[in-house]
Amino acid sequence: MHPAFSVVFLTTLIGAGQGLFLALYTAQSYAAVKLLPAQDSRFYVLGSVIAVALLVGGLIASFFHLGHPERAWRSATRWRTSWLSREVIVLPAMLGAVVAYGLVHWLGWDLSIVGIKTQVPGDLTLIIGAGGTLFAFALFLCTGMIYACIKFLQEWASWLTVVNYTLFGGASGFLLATAYAAYMAPELVKFYAAWTAVITAAVFITRVASLIRNARLKPTSTLQTAIGVRHQRISQKSQGFMGGSFNTREFFHGVKPLLFKSIKWVFLVLVFPLPMLLLWAGLSLYAHGQEQGAYVFSAAFAVQYVGLLAERWFFFAQSNHPQNLYYQTVS
Amino acid sequence: MTQLALVIDLNVCVGCHACVTSCKEWNTSGSAGYMSDDRPYGEDPTGTFFNRVQTFECGEFPNTETVHFPKSCLHCEDPPCVPVCPTGASYKRPEDGIVLVDYDLCIGCKYCSWACPYGMREIDEHQKVMKKCTLCVDRIYDMSLDEERRKPACVLACPTSARLFGDVHDPESEVSIAISESGGYALMPEWGTKPANHYLPRRKTRMKIHEDELVRADNPLKKEGKQPKPKITDPSLDDVTSW
Repeated sequence: MHPAFSVVFLTTLIGAGQGLFLALYTAQSYAAVKLLPAQDSRFYVLGSVIAVALLVGGLIASFFHLGHPERAWRSATRWRTSWLSREVIVLPAMLGAVVAYGLVHWLGWDLSIVGIKTQVPGDLTLIIGAGGTLFAFALFLCTGMIYACIKFLQEWASWLTVVNYTLFGGASGFLLATAYAAYMAPELVKFYAAWTAVITAAVFITRVASLIRNARLKPTSTLQTAIGVRHQRISQKSQGFMGGSFNTREFFHGVKPLLFKSIKWVFLVLVFPLPMLLLWAGLSLYAHGQEQGAYVFSAAFAVQYVGLLAERWFFFAQSNHPQNLYYQTVS
Repeated sequence: MTQLALVIDLNVCVGCHACVTSCKEWNTSGSAGYMSDDRPYGEDPTGTFFNRVQTFECGEFPNTETVHFPKSCLHCEDPPCVPVCPTGASYKRPEDGIVLVDYDLCIGCKYCSWACPYGMREIDEHQKVMKKCTLCVDRIYDMSLDEERRKPACVLACPTSARLFGDVHDPESEVSIAISESGGYALMPEWGTKPANHYLPRRKTRMKIHEDELVRADNPLKKEGKQPKPKITDPSLDDVTSW
């Protein structure tokens, strides 16, 4: 497939936004049961603003993928059958939940505004956050299933696609939360850094598993089934036209094999070892009381985000559409 | 239930592209709007087409066989492009099984083109909506045309009658008979899309002559020429034909 940069940015930006929100809510739930020091509302408000910015950035990027963006509202109608339609519904719902979460933190409301008194501080935000968490995971599911549900795109048609989307978003969001906490809530840095390492290790396993799976795939469709001729040697002599067409542009990545392969190694380095190295460097700087740790965490997030762009590019480019069988030779 | 479809006889197709040009001519002049082209006379021409003829070669020189392969939307009975559409612009008509795109609902997200294993859908680069073969839905029901002319433009254009059009759910129709009697098959059956369009395979008519048919069994002396007439009392090979 030809990777569309609108979709590459959409999936990576909303992934980081969802992950950051999950990180904020995780810290708040831990604090609610006194496993972590409680943070003042400023931490959650500013964190929600960053998460909203990432989600809106992704939403804006997605519009560049559409031929008729002014009709985008129509795409919420077929949620019964289309995962894309479901994503179109869940993404604004998620956005709304994060906005509400940040707003209620900012206003300092709790359940006493509806006359319920509890002992838990920020009980209303905990409830809104639970809804947001549900939407965040639903959005990961929708985004992943958009690709995983097309059964003849064999590289995508696997539960690993959904797991990878979820874990990549989580890793990116928790790494951003680490950098954010370094500025806003230093006592959370170790907590976030530990979770970042765990999620990154998990997604390393699942992504490498999917790379191994894809390398071993045997295409179900062949030229024999494509034109229905049972012959061992079939070669295309003409695709019917000399110039390009949608079929030759949309479904081929058009990159030299060497560059294609090197992008795999680029993302494998930029997403996994390099940010983990920077995370470790930042933590050791932080342990010695040096403020530069915050910069190193930010650099780790930036490096990993660039790596995730490469990962998403590779995810699209690696998928081999069966229609390509019909477009092997110009003439 | 009706399922209109094309049956394309690969044994007859000569790869002349007449179906391609007549399809483009009819559909670019239709009420649904033009099919846009870019740089038609330039170095890298491109444009919207519903139908293409491709050429494949089987075997190795000199034992080769050329297969001309017309390729257009197969109007699947279980079309994977329809459920993925987020707006409902892509739909399958229940009354005749034609898969169509509502150009006023389409947002141009291209997801349906990803979901078609055959690559039969393409975006019109100027109108920014997905387009595909409509089976000439604007002419097959046009009562102002003679009944003979109420067929897709490609079918009418084909000089060798390689393209048949009809209801594949009607066992008595020309297309159903062609499928059942001439070995009609569907493309990429492995994905369960159940294409309505079928292709008829390349066929060869061969005369099989057994060796004993080259030798006259009733000529043991291998002498050609008029055989001597046996007496009426003589026994013959079959007791009948010697006279």
